[in-house]
Amino acid sequence: MEERIGVFVCHCGTNIAGVVDVKRVAEELADYPGVAYSTDYTYMCSDPGQNLVKDAIKKHNLTGVIVAACSPTLHEATFRRAGMTAGMNQYQVEIANIREQCSWVHQGDKEAATSKAIRTIKVMIEKARLDEALEPISVPMTPRALVVGGGIAGIQAALDVANAGHEVILVEKSASIGGHMAQLSETFPTLDCSQCIMTPKMVEVAQHPKIRLMTYSEVDDVSGYVGNFKVKIRKKAAYVNRDVCTGCGLCVEKCPAKTPSEFDEQLADRKAIYTPFPQAVPNKPVLDAEHCTYFLKDGKCGICAKVCPLDCIDYEQKDEFIEEEVGAIIVATGYDLYPIENLGEYGGGKYADVITSLQFERMLSASGPTGGEVLRPSDGEVPSEVVFLTCCGSRDTENHLPYCSKICCMYLTKHAMLYRHKVHDGQAYVFYMDVRTGGKGYEEFYTRAAEEDDVLYIRGKVSKIFEEDGRVMVWGVDTLSGRKIEIAADMAVLGLATVPNEAAAKLASMLKIHTDEWGFLSEAHPKLRPVESLTPGFYLAGSAQGPKDIPESVAQASAAASKVAALFAETEYHREPVIAVIDEDTCAGCRVCISVCPYDAAEFDDEKKVARIKEAICEGCGACIAACPSGSAQQKNLTDEQLYKMVSAALEV
Amino acid sequence: MKIPYYPGCTLHERARDFDTSARECALALGVELEELAIWTCCGAVYPLVTDSVMDVLAGVRNLSYASRLGDKVVTLCSFCYNVLKRCNNVMRDDEDKRDKTNLFLRADTEARKKVESYTHEDYEGQVEVLHYIEMLRDVVGYDKVASAVTKKLEGLKVAPYYGCMLLRPKNEMKFDDPEQPTIFEEFLETLGCEAVDFPMKTECCGGFQVVNDEELAVSCSQNVVVSALKRNADIIVTTCPLCRYNLDRHQEKMAERVKGFSRVPVVYFTQLLGIALGIDKKHLDFTDNSVDPLPVLAEKSLF
Repeated sequence: MEERIGVFVCHCGTNIAGVVDVKRVAEELADYPGVAYSTDYTYMCSDPGQNLVKDAIKKHNLTGVIVAACSPTLHEATFRRAGMTAGMNQYQVEIANIREQCSWVHQGDKEAATSKAIRTIKVMIEKARLDEALEPISVPMTPRALVVGGGIAGIQAALDVANAGHEVILVEKSASIGGHMAQLSETFPTLDCSQCIMTPKMVEVAQHPKIRLMTYSEVDDVSGYVGNFKVKIRKKAAYVNRDVCTGCGLCVEKCPAKTPSEFDEQLADRKAIYTPFPQAVPNKPVLDAEHCTYFLKDGKCGICAKVCPLDCIDYEQKDEFIEEEVGAIIVATGYDLYPIENLGEYGGGKYADVITSLQFERMLSASGPTGGEVLRPSDGEVPSEVVFLTCCGSRDTENHLPYCSKICCMYLTKHAMLYRHKVHDGQAYVFYMDVRTGGKGYEEFYTRAAEEDDVLYIRGKVSKIFEEDGRVMVWGVDTLSGRKIEIAADMAVLGLATVPNEAAAKLASMLKIHTDEWGFLSEAHPKLRPVESLTPGFYLAGSAQGPKDIPESVAQASAAASKVAALFAETEYHREPVIAVIDEDTCAGCRVCISVCPYDAAEFDDEKKVARIKEAICEGCGACIAACPSGSAQQKNLTDEQLYKMVSAALEV
Repeated sequence: MKIPYYPGCTLHERARDFDTSARECALALGVELEELAIWTCCGAVYPLVTDSVMDVLAGVRNLSYASRLGDKVVTLCSFCYNVLKRCNNVMRDDEDKRDKTNLFLRADTEARKKVESYTHEDYEGQVEVLHYIEMLRDVVGYDKVASAVTKKLEGLKVAPYYGCMLLRPKNEMKFDDPEQPTIFEEFLETLGCEAVDFPMKTECCGGFQVVNDEELAVSCSQNVVVSALKRNADIIVTTCPLCRYNLDRHQEKMAERVKGFSRVPVVYFTQLLGIALGIDKKHLDFTDNSVDPLPVLAEKSLF
């Protein structure tokens, strides 16, 4: 069949036409073999512009369309839809990028730009000549979501997906949901109690008929693809039959073994059998075998089993593996603090009275180890001078991490303020590089701390902290007065950098989702697709993607949930058909494609002894096509033949 | 075992006690420090300008001599160690500067041939620059040091003073944690004495500033000495002649300024090692100190 290709050259106002001679381009291409119609227009993406394309398709009975305009990431979809409404197959509509890759970069040489635009369009004409009519690939959809991580982001995402009517499995590695937010005292900038606003959501999760909550569990393996993931979840041995347990707490009370509490950030002890905190959900204990006398001393103890009225204790319990099918996965694995031991200059990990910001949160919390009183860890005295340090590990390219951890300015302001509320004659100092208050009500909160609560803000970094005469000596500089500062304080609180939770790295590599160089999960587009991973079916929520405060985490979680709900709105998922295909007749069955495929999309057909591409998984990356020694693997609508002709057109040979 | 040894000028002049005690201790541990046949001043201060080749020449020349004797060179003075190690980094990592330096040294050799027997072989940073304490830890081994101890320094509270030159810049020196180093504490424990952890152990002693601003050097070293005294140190050990000078010689002035100041002797770590290994006292030579260490050593029945 003879091709009848239409060429539509866009002016993009003066963006293109100011550099490229668009009239000449349209005229020259009218004579190119296979071109049935060629024209130009001011704004091809406008309604009249699209109508121009649609009318020409019908009038000239076009078999292919080239729109020479901006990048295909912007308007490819626009023109493909226009083509479809005019009765064309959408995959026979192509974009020639003569803006970003031509007029914008060759502004000084109009002649060269014009000739490059002509060649660029010829390349796409050669491609369009051999474009096949394709249909999007449909895959079935399992409308059930997996949420990994039970902090505020995971909780919010789970609730929103569930409230949209879909089933959710929420997996949390520790014994209770709640995450770091459950550890916090009060929240900036409103100073409402963190647990008071958190616990209703935790309870809602536990009671929601659509949510299956799996605490003390971890995701062990994920296979499959969007709409059709198979996940293997490891329910860790809790040595407690948590289905029967009523959470009476008798075992915890009688347990003789103690170890520092993770929830209280090592400021207090917990028992070997424990619920992390009083409002835990589920409020049922787990037994930590590493610190349990029964396990450490060959069965000598067993007190918990003796006192349990319902015989829930089971020392023989093993890890249990549960397999589930889900259609989408929301990753909300959260953050950790940069290790305090890395701050050697501040005696981090060495001095009892140099503490982390989360330790200070626990101290401020009414349910914390000091019952909400601010007390020095070394001697239990009320500190009369406390120094708060921002940027401990953040914004320090030479020694630590280059990025801003975003939340520290605000939570240290809150810390200083709450300290002043509790110790009225105490003096709070905050050393800062800048006070970053980018959020609603944040600047006002900072002003209030400085002006009403007399928190002394000192612009400068601290060089050294050491103990002297029972106090922590803080050496710093005030860059506004240009003076060295020495403060004999009672306590120092380090605003440690936010780093991705260590579980995130393991999970990211298992899920094959990208991370940045610091281990934060990468979004598909920093502005326009901030809650999706590049790999379809994965969504990001909370600090796993980057340092975030509570409102942002919640917003992102809800956004991820709405993306999942939209995905589940249809019973099938449609994917781009521009993927690899293997010619069974020429395939020698060498399996190179299988070894190079990063998505596990190539498989071996044992009967026919040839490789095959799983349409639902293939991302069209081209790795197998480059690797295939016989040329049997080809990309649909980007075949070797097409590429050869395109390159020839580009080189004018 | 022979290991090439670069003493540096000060160890041949003002710090002979450091040099002698180090050599004798090494011998007792089965290591002969083989002094380079020819050596010059290391340059004493590493050039901070990045475009200068001239300033690394002295260091490189010494490294080149060392390369003919072996794959390591041991040194003691913190300044020499700092300069040699950083010059070595340049020769290893900076191709352009390496070529220029070698070209220069070749030409220089031709000129000097007339007056002395002297050759140059192109040098590429292949020698490993070791501080004596690293040699003890990594070549000899602390366990071997411990088993060679004949007199445990029990009851002696020793403040190990690191100063800056061993540790910084951290990315180049890679000696120990620049903020909380422990290599000397571990060393002292092998001798059976108590290491006193004091926060000023990595602060500056004033260094060469003593030449043009003695006041500054006094206040810097006073900060260090007072901090060690506060933690009941009987004695301070250093690994740098300049640090020893500043901490030791300024104590008269410190006594005038600090109420209740009690003097504390400052010795080289090799001198304490010598006592522990039972080295003949004449090699240890505690005569060059402003604050005499013998009373405190005698009090602990160590000397």
